[in-house]
Order: sequence, then C-alpha cells, then structure tokens
Amino acid sequence: MTTPVLSLKNATLSLDGNAGRVDILHAISLDIQAGETVGLVGPSGSGKSSLLMLMGGLEQATGGSIHALGQDLTTMNEDALARFRRDHMGVVFQSFHLIPTMTALENVATPLELAGVKDAFERARAELTDVGLNHRADHYPSQMSGGEQQRVALARASVARPQILLADEPTGNLDGANGNAIMDLLFGLRDKHGATLVLVTHSNTLAARCDRVVRLEDGLIAPQQKAAE
Amino acid sequence: MSIAIAARFARRELRGGLKGFSIFLACLALGVAAIAAVGSVRMAIETGLSREGAALLGGDAELDFTYRFANDDEKMWMQSRASAVSEIAEFRSMAVVEIAGEVERGLTQVKAVDDAYPLLGTVELSPAMELDAALGSHAGLPGAVMERALIDRLDLTIGQSFALGTQQFHLSAEITREPDGAAGGFGLGPRTIVRTADLANSSLLAAGTLFNTKYRLDLPADPDLAALETDAKAAFQNSGMRWTDARNGAPGVAEFVNRLGAFLVLVGLSGLAVGGVGVAAAVRAYLAEKTNVIATLRTLGAERSTIFQTYFIQVGILSLIGISIGLILGAFAPLLLAPLIEARLPIPANFGIYPAPLYEAAIYGLLTAFIFTLWPLARAEDVRAATLFRDALGTSKLLPAPRYLVAIAIALCALIGLAAYFSGTWLLTLWTSGGIAIALLMLVVSASIIKWLAKRGGKITKGRPAWRWALTSISGSQEGAASVILSLGLGLSVLASVGQIDGNLRNAITGNLPDVAPSYFFVDIQRDQMDGYTKRLKDDPDVRRIDSAPMLRGVITQINGKPAREVAGDHWVLEGDRGVTYSEKPNKRTRVTDGEWWPKDYNGPPLISFAAEEAEEMNLSLGDTMTINILGRDITGTISSFREVDFSTAGIGFILSMNPSALEGAPHSFISTVYAEPKAEAAILRDLAKQYPNITAIRVRDAIERVADVLSGLAAATSYGAAATLLTGFLVLIGAAAAGTNARTYEAAVLKTLGATRGRILFSFALRSILLGLAAGAVALLAGITGGWAVSTYVMDIQYSIIWPSALAIIAGGVIATLIAGLMFAWGPLAARPAQILRARE
Repeated sequence: MTTPVLSLKNATLSLDGNAGRVDILHAISLDIQAGETVGLVGPSGSGKSSLLMLMGGLEQATGGSIHALGQDLTTMNEDALARFRRDHMGVVFQSFHLIPTMTALENVATPLELAGVKDAFERARAELTDVGLNHRADHYPSQMSGGEQQRVALARASVARPQILLADEPTGNLDGANGNAIMDLLFGLRDKHGATLVLVTHSNTLAARCDRVVRLEDGLIAPQQKAAE
Repeated sequence: MSIAIAARFARRELRGGLKGFSIFLACLALGVAAIAAVGSVRMAIETGLSREGAALLGGDAELDFTYRFANDDEKMWMQSRASAVSEIAEFRSMAVVEIAGEVERGLTQVKAVDDAYPLLGTVELSPAMELDAALGSHAGLPGAVMERALIDRLDLTIGQSFALGTQQFHLSAEITREPDGAAGGFGLGPRTIVRTADLANSSLLAAGTLFNTKYRLDLPADPDLAALETDAKAAFQNSGMRWTDARNGAPGVAEFVNRLGAFLVLVGLSGLAVGGVGVAAAVRAYLAEKTNVIATLRTLGAERSTIFQTYFIQVGILSLIGISIGLILGAFAPLLLAPLIEARLPIPANFGIYPAPLYEAAIYGLLTAFIFTLWPLARAEDVRAATLFRDALGTSKLLPAPRYLVAIAIALCALIGLAAYFSGTWLLTLWTSGGIAIALLMLVVSASIIKWLAKRGGKITKGRPAWRWALTSISGSQEGAASVILSLGLGLSVLASVGQIDGNLRNAITGNLPDVAPSYFFVDIQRDQMDGYTKRLKDDPDVRRIDSAPMLRGVITQINGKPAREVAGDHWVLEGDRGVTYSEKPNKRTRVTDGEWWPKDYNGPPLISFAAEEAEEMNLSLGDTMTINILGRDITGTISSFREVDFSTAGIGFILSMNPSALEGAPHSFISTVYAEPKAEAAILRDLAKQYPNITAIRVRDAIERVADVLSGLAAATSYGAAATLLTGFLVLIGAAAAGTNARTYEAAVLKTLGATRGRILFSFALRSILLGLAAGAVALLAGITGGWAVSTYVMDIQYSIIWPSALAIIAGGVIATLIAGLMFAWGPLAARPAQILRARE
C-alpha cells in the first residue's frame, strides 16, 4: 500500500468567537491517495470548506494530525506552511481571490515569483494560453467576467505544477455554462498534470465526476460514507 | 530576494492609485510643512542677524559700560585697535512739551550720540535729511529726532521744541529707521536721538544717574573678533565692561528668536503627533481593505516577511511623497509670505531655501511616519490565509511581535533625542514629549471609557431610537471613536494648554498686578532732591505709600575670592550689572530669614544682605564673601543675612543690600515707588517733573501694557502653531468620517428600510458627532487644565486659576469640528437608495 498524499488522523477544529467556542470538525480521519480526485459534499455549515482549509494548512487543526506528502502540517509554523503550499499545492476559491491591482498574467506568475522561478512570466503566459486567456493577459480582474476570472485563478493554482489541487466550490459564483466550462478545465488540468484533486461542492453532479465522494454532516464524516470505504 | 519580490508587489499594489491616502498624505504634509516653515523662518532671521550683525550692532564690536563713560585707559585701548570709535550714552528720561500752557510728558529712551554715529548704516529720517543736519542747531536750539510713537503721544509737529531735563531741543525729524535699533532689545519708551554734547546743560547724566555707554569700534578688514574679545576681557577684567561683536550683533534678539523657534518646532511636533494618529488610522484602514489580498498572497506561498516588506515599501513610498509635499510647502510658504513677515519684524531676515530646517523637518516626518505606521504594518503579517473564507474569527493579536515594539521604541527615543538636539533645550523637549505622551495615554483610556459608557448608555435610551443608534455606533465602532478622540483631543489639548498658560500669565501681569503695583517708578532722583521729593508726596493725602532707596549698579565679580561664575554658574544674578542699595535698617516689609542685619551706625568692613531664594540657587552661605564692582571700584563684603525679596508686586526689590558706610561715598541717585490713587497720579507727575526735570517717571501701567503687548505677540505665535496642530486634527476627523461612510450608508439603508425618516437618521448622526466632540473637548480640557496648572505652578511660579472662556471655547470647538466633519459625509448615506445598498451587500 502506497503512502497517502493527504492523511488526516482524528483532526479536529474548534474556533473561539464572540459567542464562545465553536466546534467545527470532530475527529476527522481520512486518507487520500496520489492522483485521486475526491469530492467533499454536505449541507452548508457541515465543515466542508474547513476540512479543505485544514488540508491546505490554511487553518491550524486544534487536535489530531494532518500529513501532506509525508509532512506533518500541524507542526509547521505559518511561514513553513506558506512555503509548503508554494511548492506543492494549488488552491482555487469560490470567490476567485485574484489580486485586483495585478493583471491576469501577474496574478498567474505570482506563485512562481514567490518561488524564485526565473522564467515566471513565460510560464505564466503559457498557462494562461492553456486556459484560453492569452488575449486577456494584460487585463485586470475588474475588466474580466466571473468565468474568466476563475480561469485565471485555475491557471494560477496549476502554474507551479502542484501535487495537490484544492478547490473550494469553484463554480459557486458562476452560471451553469461557465461552471461546466470551469469544471472541464479543472479536471483537464488535473488529468494533464496528474495532481491529486480535492473538490468541495454542493453539486452531486460535479461530485459524481470524482473518484470518491466524502459526505460531511455536522463536522463529521457521514456514516454511509464510512461504510462505503 | 524577498525584498525584490516585495518591491515588485508593492509597485503593483500602488497601481490602485492614492485613493484612500489623501488624509495620510495631508496629515504628514501639514505636520512636516509646519515644522519646515518655522525652521525656515527662524533660519532666515538668524541668517539676517548674522549677515547684518555689524550693522545691527552699529560697529564691528561694542564695549558697554554701566553708569559711566570709559576712562582714558579704556579709550586708549579702543583707539589703538579701531580705525574709528563712536561713543553713545543711553538712558531713560522724560520728554516734555509745553504748548499754550498745556504740558505733555512722555517717557523716552534717549540715545546721546557723537559725530561719528552711526559707524555703519544710516539713520533714516522723515523728512529725508542727514542725521548731522537734523542734530545741528536750529534757531539757537540743538536738534533732536524722535520716533513717531512719541511724537504722536506728545502731540508734537516737526519744527516744534521739547525739553529733556532742563535743555530745550528742536524736533527736526521723525526716525523711520534706526540701523542699530534692534540690538538694544526691549525698551520701555520710544527713541529720541540727540548729541551728547548738547546734554551738557540738561542736568541729566549727572553722577549717579542711571545710564549706559556704548563704544562702537570700526575695526580694520577681517578682524579676529574672538581674539579681540579675549584681549578686551583680560584688559578690563572686573571693570563691568560687557562685550558684544558682529558675530552676534543682537544677542538678545538672536536668543529670543532661537528660543521661540525651538518652542514652535516642539508645538509643530505635537501637530505631527496628531498627524501620526491620522496616518496610523489611514494605514489601518488601507490594510483592512487589503486583508483579502494579503490572505491570497499567503495562500500562494508568501512568507510573513514578504507581506510586511510589501506594505512597508508602499507606506514608505507614500510617506516620502507626503514628506516631500510638506517640505515643498514648508520651504516655499515663508518665501511667499516673506513681505508680510518682514513687515512685522523689527530685524532683518534673509528669506531663502535653507536645507538645514528642511532636513530637520524631513527627519521628524520620517520618524513619525515610522513610529505610527509600524504597528499596523506589523499586524498585517499576522493576517492568515484562512481569513479568505472566514472573517478573522478570534485570530487578531493585540500586540505586534516584540521586534517591532523594540523598533518603535528606538525610533521614539531617536525622535525625542533629535528634537532635543535640534531645539537645544532638553528640559523643554522632555516636558513637551511627556505632555504629548500623557495626553495620548489619557485620550486612549478616555476613548475606551467613552465606548464603555456608550454601551451602558444604550440600555437607558429606550424609546429614543436616535440616541440608541448614536450610542451603539460609538460603542461598536472599531476605529472611529478612538481616531476622533485621539486626533481632535490631542489638537485641542495643545490649544487648551496654550490658552490656560497664556490666560494665567496675562492675569498675573495685567490682572492683579496693577492693583498691588505702584503707580510710578521714579528714577534718577539726586540725593539733594530727596527731601523736596518726599515732602511733596507725604503732604498728598492721596498717596498711600512711598518707598525710596539709594540705587547703584554693580557687577558681582567674585564669590569667596573665586570668579563668581565658577562658584554659582550661569545664574541670572551674575548676568551683567544689578541694582545695589544700602540701608541702615531693614524696611518694614523686609523679613530677614537667616543671619542678622548690621547694627545701627555700623562702620566696620562691608556687610551684605542677600535675597534668600537667589542665595539658595547660587549655593551661598552666611559668611561667604562677595566682590562687587561698582563704578570700576571693587568692594568686597561678607554676607551677614538673607532676606525675602518679593519681585511679584513690581515694588522695589534689591537682590543685594549693603551697610550704608560701604556705599554712601559712591556717587548715586535714588529710586522711588509711589502708591497713589489714580486721580492724583497726573498731578504728582506734573509737580515732580516741573520741580525736578532730571527725574524720570515710569508709569507702571504703561510698562505693564508694553509687557502684555509682547506677551500677546508670543501667545499669537504659539496659537498659530497650535492652530496647525488643530487643523491636522480636523483632517484626521475628516478621514475618520470618510472611512465610516460605508458603514453609515449601510446603517442608513437598513434604518430606512425599517421606516426611519432621513431627519431622524441625520439627528442620530449629528448626535454621534456631538457626543464624540464633547468627549474629545472634555478630555482636552482636562489635559489643558493639568498642563496649564503644571506650567503655571512649577515653571512660571504664578497662581493658577481656570480660564473658563478659553476652556468653554475648546469644548465648543470640539463639538463644532466633529459636527462639521461628521455632517460633511452624512449626505451620501442619507441620499443613497436602500435597495442599491442592500443588494450590493448580498
């Protein structure tokens, strides 16, 4: 049996808010293998996005362990996590989160620049061409449609060839046609570069395109899913 | 590597333009401009003074004697070194005019000159003529020239005659410019210039009369003034000679300009501190807007240092822009205003662009920007990637990393150290810095208390929704309340302190003093005139009190056989000559605090009674010996008693009194104070002046008015500085109001949806502003009263009472300023249609 790319053991997440402590995830254990595509589904507030953020080291677990590519994310500090993401992960958000003062090309080049890659802009342009936006390279996010912005975000997430792609409802802010196009592109990039994909979605249709579906309810992996494993 | 990337990111971020940074730039620019402008004006005056030093002094060097003309040896010394020497005698006297039986008298500062005067420059007269011609004989009378103020006061016209002592003079012209006029400093009367020789029959300048002589030297080209000064001081040691030269032609003025300039720069620094509050608020608001960008960069792998550097570079560039704008304004404003400033200055100023004050202002600006922006910048690196999908739920830390706190502390110390270095007054700098720090602390605490009170107050506003909205917006606001109270509060605190100090000082001088002060000071009463003088006053039922004392002037040269300055340092008593008196027994109001007064008819070695407070400051003890040079003769006495001397009532007060036999033989005159009913004052002056034309009368009320005039000028200059601080505070207010516009627009949209009228919402907005203004005003008042009390009590030693008109004006000013700033941004939220706003939020 191969070592999983992502491995969570009894991972919990609780946060302190104005209204007191909120338990978001309860003892989640989950292994994801290299090259696997996993859909995280569940009702709003079930903890899907939080689980995805734990996997990306964007959120610190309050208990348990999270290993990515064999490294324990829970023992890393913020800067080590940032460097780990830079070198091994790509993240796509529902709200795109492009940097408004940067052009499409600069947005895509940013992870490469942060990694000190010399030909960052050439590679970024090639990636933009792959998502069909070469002609929009010098446009700012505010000059592009939602679908175009999400395509730039996809290019930005995949340009450094990460082993792990994390996508948080990437079609949530898009209409049906644009959403389908983005999903085709996302799965196409994954197939092309062979990354592991974890996708948070509300849509059963999209989830069905994944190798495996994990359902969350109230911060727990739903029993039927555990049974299916 | 990280810096290069950060610089690239910073450049891209700045593409968004300077939107949101206008208040940042304005605060920094205004603070730097105020300091640069004050520094540039100070430099212009100092350059003018040093360039015109010789002209201001009336020669390359000046030797000054009290009470006497130079003796032959001294004259010989001067003539052997100078290519020309001019002798001037200065004294106060009464100019008297009798026209058609009506007699007018005016106190004048007489300058008696020789033919060589002026060695440098020209005395400008109206009608235009040479000074020689003006002072020459006219219809058998010697000529004189006078300043306009005195001509008007005496109701004279050119060509008429007036008397100085017993000598009549012909008024030939009005003095429009006296080249060496500024060097003399503060005078109690307008100037009259006559020839010394023409005073021979005036009965003025008799032995014992109070007068000064000045010998101006015109030296060969490029004289070594320092060497000459040393030479003169060695030759005339203990003769009471004072030396001034062209290196600093008007030392009093230069010192005054220097001190006032330093003080105004410190006031400017408090303005910069207010600006710092605005700068910090602007950076915080900017970074709050950038939270998503920062979190995105973190997601993409940017390290904390990259984030910090990215925004540090941006804020650095913006700071440089703000400081540059400030420097340009500060450098050019004095140039543009030069004609106006020059018209109000009695001394030459050489306006131009001076790098030194601009460097000083730039350094202050950089350090202030660093101190106030580092905190919010340091917290930017704490923004976590998770912020992208979750509002900072329980993540924010209160303090930045210790390294940033250390950096802020170092920058703060550097700022205070540099301010002290540049101003040259450690004590004043530390007091000012301490004052600003305490005021800021008070304001921070007050802001928290006010938010807490607003939260509590919300519960008792049932049935008054506008009040509740106002209070909840104060208690819930993250930035607004603190920004408003800090910026406006600090600006108002400075103004309140200035108001309280000025008011109390004015009260001390013009309030109580005229009631306790004498009506007249009479000086130069000759010994043989004393009986007649005293009789005239004793017979007058309206005269309550007469105090008279013999008056000599002397320089304390040695204490216990050592040079006085070595023993007592730079105490003011040792600066130049002091009044010295003698008395057989202590007068009724004298209280001997230690030792004993000399016995009646004591005829032994000289004994001294010294002022107790000054003795303590100079570390003097009973039994110490003191050498006083009076009229060129050294008299050494032993301190046998200390006594209290009260200078606050403007009565006669001598630091140094001796037993009669020690001084009686020396030529001297008497000084006298007269306390009389106001209705009797005119008659007393008329009778005494007629009987004794040589006596000079100084009306104390006039003198007080002159001092009050000078104080008004000082208070005005300080108020301008404080006004710049307040203007910066107002800018910060506008910034805070503008920053809150989005929140208020949303609030108004929701309230309108729920049925609130615009009037009601406007009332709530106004109420919010008024409450914050009241709070800021009240805190400022407390700070101002505390500052005013501390300065009055510990620095000026005057009684303190709250100046209510100024205090209430400060509170009203606080309310009006916040109301204006708040309402400026109220129309947008009120006018917006709820549907647009609420849909945009979804």
